[in-house]
Amino acid sequence: MLSAPNLDYALLAPIMIILGGALIGVLIEAFAKPAWRARLQLVISLAAIVISFNQLVRVRNDGSSIAAVTSVSVDGAGMFLQGAILIFAFLGILVIADQDNFAPQASALPGSAEEAAAIQAGKQQTEVFPLTMFAVAGMMLFPVATDYITLFVALEVLSLPLYLMAGLSRRRRLLSQEAALKYFLLGAYSSAFFLFGAALLYGYSGTISLNGLTDAIRGNTGNDVFLLLGIIFLSVGLLFKVGAVPFHSWKPDVYQGAPTPITGFMAAATKAAAFGATLRIFYLGLDAAQTSWKPFIAVISVITMIVGSLAAISQRDMKRMLAYSSIAHAGFVLTAIVSLSENALSASLFYLFAYGVATIGAFAIITIVRDSAGEVSDVNRWIGLGKKSPLVASVFSLFLLSFAGIPLTSGFVGKFSIFSAAYESGNITLVVVGVLSSAIAVFFYLRVILMLFFTDATTDSISVVIPSILTRISISISAIFTITLGIAPSLVFDIAQDFAYFLR
Amino acid sequence: MSILTSLLLLPLFGALVVGFLPASNAKLVKQVALAFSLLVTLVSIVMALSFDRNNSAMQFTEVRTWISAFNINYAVGIDGMALVLILMTTILVPVVFLAGWSESENGRWNVKVFYILLLILETMMIGVFSATDVFLFYVIFEAMLLPVYFLIGGYGSGERAAAAMKFLLYSLFGGLLMLAAVIGLYIISVNQGGATFDIARLSQLSIDSTTQNWLFLGFFIAFAIKAPLWPFHTWLPTAAKSATAGTSTLLLGVLDKVGTYGMIRFCMSFFPDATKTFTPAIITLAVISILYGAFLAIGQKDINSLIAFTSISHFGFITLGIFALTSQSLTGAIFYMVNHGFGTAALFLTAGWMIKRRGSSQIADFGGLQRVAPVLAWSFFIAGLSALALPGLSSFVSEFLVLLGAFAKYPVAAILGTLGIILAALYVLLAVQRAIHGETPASSAGISDLNLREKIAIAPVIAILVLLGFYPKPALEVINPTTQTIMTNAGVSDPVAKVVK
Repeated sequence: MLSAPNLDYALLAPIMIILGGALIGVLIEAFAKPAWRARLQLVISLAAIVISFNQLVRVRNDGSSIAAVTSVSVDGAGMFLQGAILIFAFLGILVIADQDNFAPQASALPGSAEEAAAIQAGKQQTEVFPLTMFAVAGMMLFPVATDYITLFVALEVLSLPLYLMAGLSRRRRLLSQEAALKYFLLGAYSSAFFLFGAALLYGYSGTISLNGLTDAIRGNTGNDVFLLLGIIFLSVGLLFKVGAVPFHSWKPDVYQGAPTPITGFMAAATKAAAFGATLRIFYLGLDAAQTSWKPFIAVISVITMIVGSLAAISQRDMKRMLAYSSIAHAGFVLTAIVSLSENALSASLFYLFAYGVATIGAFAIITIVRDSAGEVSDVNRWIGLGKKSPLVASVFSLFLLSFAGIPLTSGFVGKFSIFSAAYESGNITLVVVGVLSSAIAVFFYLRVILMLFFTDATTDSISVVIPSILTRISISISAIFTITLGIAPSLVFDIAQDFAYFLR
Repeated sequence: MSILTSLLLLPLFGALVVGFLPASNAKLVKQVALAFSLLVTLVSIVMALSFDRNNSAMQFTEVRTWISAFNINYAVGIDGMALVLILMTTILVPVVFLAGWSESENGRWNVKVFYILLLILETMMIGVFSATDVFLFYVIFEAMLLPVYFLIGGYGSGERAAAAMKFLLYSLFGGLLMLAAVIGLYIISVNQGGATFDIARLSQLSIDSTTQNWLFLGFFIAFAIKAPLWPFHTWLPTAAKSATAGTSTLLLGVLDKVGTYGMIRFCMSFFPDATKTFTPAIITLAVISILYGAFLAIGQKDINSLIAFTSISHFGFITLGIFALTSQSLTGAIFYMVNHGFGTAALFLTAGWMIKRRGSSQIADFGGLQRVAPVLAWSFFIAGLSALALPGLSSFVSEFLVLLGAFAKYPVAAILGTLGIILAALYVLLAVQRAIHGETPASSAGISDLNLREKIAIAPVIAILVLLGFYPKPALEVINPTTQTIMTNAGVSDPVAKVVK
């Protein structure tokens, strides 16, 4: 006999509201007049995010490990990350709403007559809104999924729209399409790894749930070869998503090619979602087998920190530089996985939030530094920006200082808490490597600040366009968060601490 | 809110007020900034007067929760050592404002930004000496680099961007090593039953000797870069050469003292065993610094580089005094920090006036200054005499105490250090002779003497150097209890002289 599954709709509602918003978005694309679409899409998306966030706040104390039978566990860490992703989405959509960044008709070949006609007709790219919302829904599901199938579905729901969105850039379209294709191929490859790992772990434990996996490891019932191979393949899939070395090669290309608002959103939200799932899998499912994977992840963490920091030094493109910086930051969060403690969990939750907000702000600023041909991401052409637009240059420097982990910014508190958790759990080597790679990283962040403020401009062709009110709001909120969390980190850190738990 | 907290907030409030003034009215901006800095001086003097010099505990303490998750507090308080350093800071800031009245006008940004940066820096300089929470100290220690970075890069001369970058990278590298050590110390406190960043409680932890050694190095390297000790000094001459006279004064006079202050406050009280382990090595580095700085100073052609290298030599003396670990040498070292602050201020400010008037910083470009600008020449001369520790000037007292104390324990180091005094006479008098005496070349004939504002600026500095030289008692009385506390904490006592009958 088949009984209907028991679903806790209140806990699932935040995800469903976002999906509902996405579906309404699709209907708008089909039925609304082109002139209305952009505005309607924006309102619907933001409204869905706000309502979803509100619902999340309402159910914050009712965590349950059986929100959807045994497939979804809406618990503290999951809810915190869902909230963080919603905030990223809100800030991200404000920047995405600036239509100037997107190809009016993505299906038209670059340089073709159709493209010219689309630009001529003043067409606007509005499909990007529902695509973003679908991605957000996937991202919200990923960190709360507790079986391989749900994890995989969430992974695909969040990835597929991103592959498309990466190819939507209005300028340098070939680069953008190349990025989209690379992202898609490598992403599909890593999904296959993930699935293969899941299959092996299923073979080991005979169940698809993470809880079942823990029981099987504790009971020592299965064949360890399957377990070890399963862990490795599953890890590769996850490490690809978070951009750890040596699975990082897609990151610089995709970050550079994708439309900048998408890059910012993706860098913040995908990272939070992917780390959410990674944390859950390692803390919950594989906790009992920690001796077998800890050295592996520790080594990955070390090379990720070092390679990310070193490679960033030689970058000449702002977006590529931030991509490598994001790789180095992934290495820092990986140390929290190795630490495997409650403090490390709350530290990484705070870190992901602080880093994400600053990232969206930094990329939003890149969207408004332009010349006549569009965005300028060549670092050398930012020289002297501090003279022309001191405010923009100062805020951008603030974000860079936060990435560098200078005190009185949110990045410092994040770094401090991650390192102290790692030290506490005895991983002193990781702390030392982290500190040294931070020292390397400081160099390239400071070099940019030096260029902005202390070097005179040789050409005056770049300028800062007056940002739309929405982009301005997004940048301001990011900057306020970055400063406030540097001075009074308790505001978010205490929440992260309260929510730093996984339900079994 | 204790008077210390008000003292901390006052310059910050001043920066805020300056921020709202119209940038076009440079004169108003300068006057308001000066008024605030004088107010700060006044408050600090009031605080000093109510300081109980017989009490060796921290005074004017205030504790407020800051980040509860890690038990991090806004915790401030001062003892004698902190008090004299804070007084030095609050006196030097208005002097720097007055002395460099037009320094702010040739920068990349307007006058306002200059004074905002300086006032923010003043808050941080006071804060770094009054923090009794290691985390708070660390935050200020790192954050105060940024205003200096922008002051050098934005208002300096020559290769200012490169100098600013070099300064910041060196300091941040040291700071990050210290961060690892701070975290280590914190985790030890967690494991021993009470997570804390409080200096007093951290110094009671029992730490095994291997860990002590590593953590000690984490702190010490950061402070040695800051102080700067050979071989961590290479950033200093470039920074001093490019920064404005006022920035150099604060950088060498106050900020670098954080290094030697930190060695006393943190290295010695947290890691007494490691301190003993590393003492021979550090004494060696200190002696090398004394001689290396002095020798290189002799060969310098640029006045600012000369002053920078004399400072490296003097920081060698301070470090020698600290790690010789006798009450005389330690008191001497703390007093030396104050005297060096004022002495360097006198040197940099007078040199700055000379450079500005002549348009060159090469010693060879001056000559016969005595004839055309006697007050300027005399001020530079007295500043130089202070650098060579002439009896009657305060630096003599401290240098004597350091050598006396060090001799009791490390006679060889003390004797080699004495060589540094002889070399000091050489580098100071050579420079004075070339710049001030002799024929006045035509190119220097037009140099004007100090105006009233400049005289008012330099007068208190020289007065302090002379007064404390003849009557050092008030300063020494304030410093002594601190010295005793440190000696007790570190578990050492003075060597008893052998009595020959």
